[in-house]
Amino acid sequence: MSPDAKLRSVPATSPAGPRLDLRPSLTGENEEPEGDVPVFDVKDLSVYYGSFRAVRNVDMTVCARQITAFIGPSGCGKTTMLRCFNRMNDLVEVARVEGRILYHGVDLYHPDVNPVEVRRRIGMVFQKPNPFPKSIWDNVAFGPKIAGMKGSLDEIVERSLRRAALWDEVKDRLRDSAMGLSGGQQQRLCIARALAVNPEVILMDEPCSALDPIATGRIEDLMEEIKSEYTIIIVTHNMQQAARVSDMCAFFTAEVNEQSDTRTGILVEFDKTEKMFANPSDERTENYVTGRFG
Amino acid sequence: MVARSATSSPELVRRRLQAGRFDVAGLVFRVLLLAALGITLVLLVTLLADVLSGGWAVLAGRLGDFLTGRLGITPTRVGIGQGLRGTFFIGVFVVLIAFPLGVGAAIYLEEYAPRSRFTRFIDVNIRNLAGVPSVVYGLLGFAIFVKGLQFLTGPDANGATVVSAGLTLAVLVLPIVIITSAEALRAVPENLREAGFGVGATRWEVVRHHVLPYATPGILTGTVLSLARALGEAAPLILVGAVSGFLTEGDSYRLTELRERFTAMPMIIYTWAGRPQAGFRSATAAAIVVLLVVVLLANTVAILLRNKYEKRR
Repeated sequence: MSPDAKLRSVPATSPAGPRLDLRPSLTGENEEPEGDVPVFDVKDLSVYYGSFRAVRNVDMTVCARQITAFIGPSGCGKTTMLRCFNRMNDLVEVARVEGRILYHGVDLYHPDVNPVEVRRRIGMVFQKPNPFPKSIWDNVAFGPKIAGMKGSLDEIVERSLRRAALWDEVKDRLRDSAMGLSGGQQQRLCIARALAVNPEVILMDEPCSALDPIATGRIEDLMEEIKSEYTIIIVTHNMQQAARVSDMCAFFTAEVNEQSDTRTGILVEFDKTEKMFANPSDERTENYVTGRFG
Repeated sequence: MVARSATSSPELVRRRLQAGRFDVAGLVFRVLLLAALGITLVLLVTLLADVLSGGWAVLAGRLGDFLTGRLGITPTRVGIGQGLRGTFFIGVFVVLIAFPLGVGAAIYLEEYAPRSRFTRFIDVNIRNLAGVPSVVYGLLGFAIFVKGLQFLTGPDANGATVVSAGLTLAVLVLPIVIITSAEALRAVPENLREAGFGVGATRWEVVRHHVLPYATPGILTGTVLSLARALGEAAPLILVGAVSGFLTEGDSYRLTELRERFTAMPMIIYTWAGRPQAGFRSATAAAIVVLLVVVLLANTVAILLRNKYEKRR
């Protein structure tokens, strides 16, 4: 079935556009062998900021319940790429996307798709911990509250904080401001906040770059643990981190245009992490992972 | 190697560290800054001392009568009750009209409007409007509220009412309210918005739950400062037709009187300052002190509110 046919088969009954409730875990159909369920199909994706092309011609498939890492030198479009998956680039007015990202076969950039619904299913953790300047409880409860989730908010908050391995540290001060937490705790709170709305995918944009090695280790353990339930895409500058946590790895690099002196990100290689680090097929990947470049 | 061992001798290190060029330019700069602050303070204190000492006779002698009394021609019997009433209602109009309109426009400009050439054009124009002299706003108020909308603002008083004055001053401070609110919204960190959008909030939810609470202290400061500005303006009042000599109405604070003739504090100060009798000099000074206290009270409320919201952050 062509992607277009799939798109048309989505019943567009709700005014908010096509529903995206196509999670295999919910529908019970599509049960395929572990690791082979494609969540995202990226087809010939290019991202522009105004007339500047930040990323070009990316093709990749991201599978369910795996950790996919994006690595590469600074300015190669990893973060730009990541922010396309939950339409966060919509917030940048000059940003424009060409090509397609299919999420369970539905084009995320189809005009009928509601970006708010996209972001409810595809959560995000940012580079710098950015808790709301409110209480710890409010931080976690905000998402479920606005999503109108059923069930007790207290239970959702506790469950999310437990899953983010933060519960024991904060259970006695849920009403205290989140700004009083340490950087590592804040980042785990942001993960709990993302988990609270029960997304299918979590995008992480260098979640550990502002953290010390101990806090980084805890977040990596946490990712390993929630991997069984979530699909994770992580951007990282840290190659050891990519090697440690990811199942699949995408290496991006920047292509310098001599004429306009601009850099455009391209996907060089996308493969299983072991292969990328042990036996990459592209020379540029090898140079990067062995530390000869970047 | 010889030079190296010499520099590391404790005696030499001590001498090097304790030496140091005397920083003349730095000192001069510091003295100039201090002088700037000093001159400003001296000017303000002189002004304050002058009005206080000038108005002391009235303030200490008959404060109650002075605060409740009416306009008149006998300096020892005049009062500012009618002016306080007018100024109070002007404040009410500014709070009820300029604040919601201005804050609303700022939220739209900052959070919703696309960053196009057109919005930048509007932004620049609002900034220019904030710099337009108040006399011009007075003329505008005269044309629109006193003449054009007379049937609304008070046909019995030919439109020269506190409604016209309040509306005129609300329009006068509107650009200031927009600019200061927009600045406060611009100071909200982008990652706070991203955090909200990231968990699937709509723009309205992000603005309502995260952007506005964060920007509230800044918005409050700016809006109340603009209120102080509105309460102190005299020129628009003259053009709108505030009464300067004698006013029979305005004893009470009945709302029906909003559409009759009025006066306000800056107008009283302006007319009394021009009167030849010596007694009016102290009455003027006393009126100035009262207006300063009113403005100070408004600012205090702003600071208290701001502290309250900042604590919640």
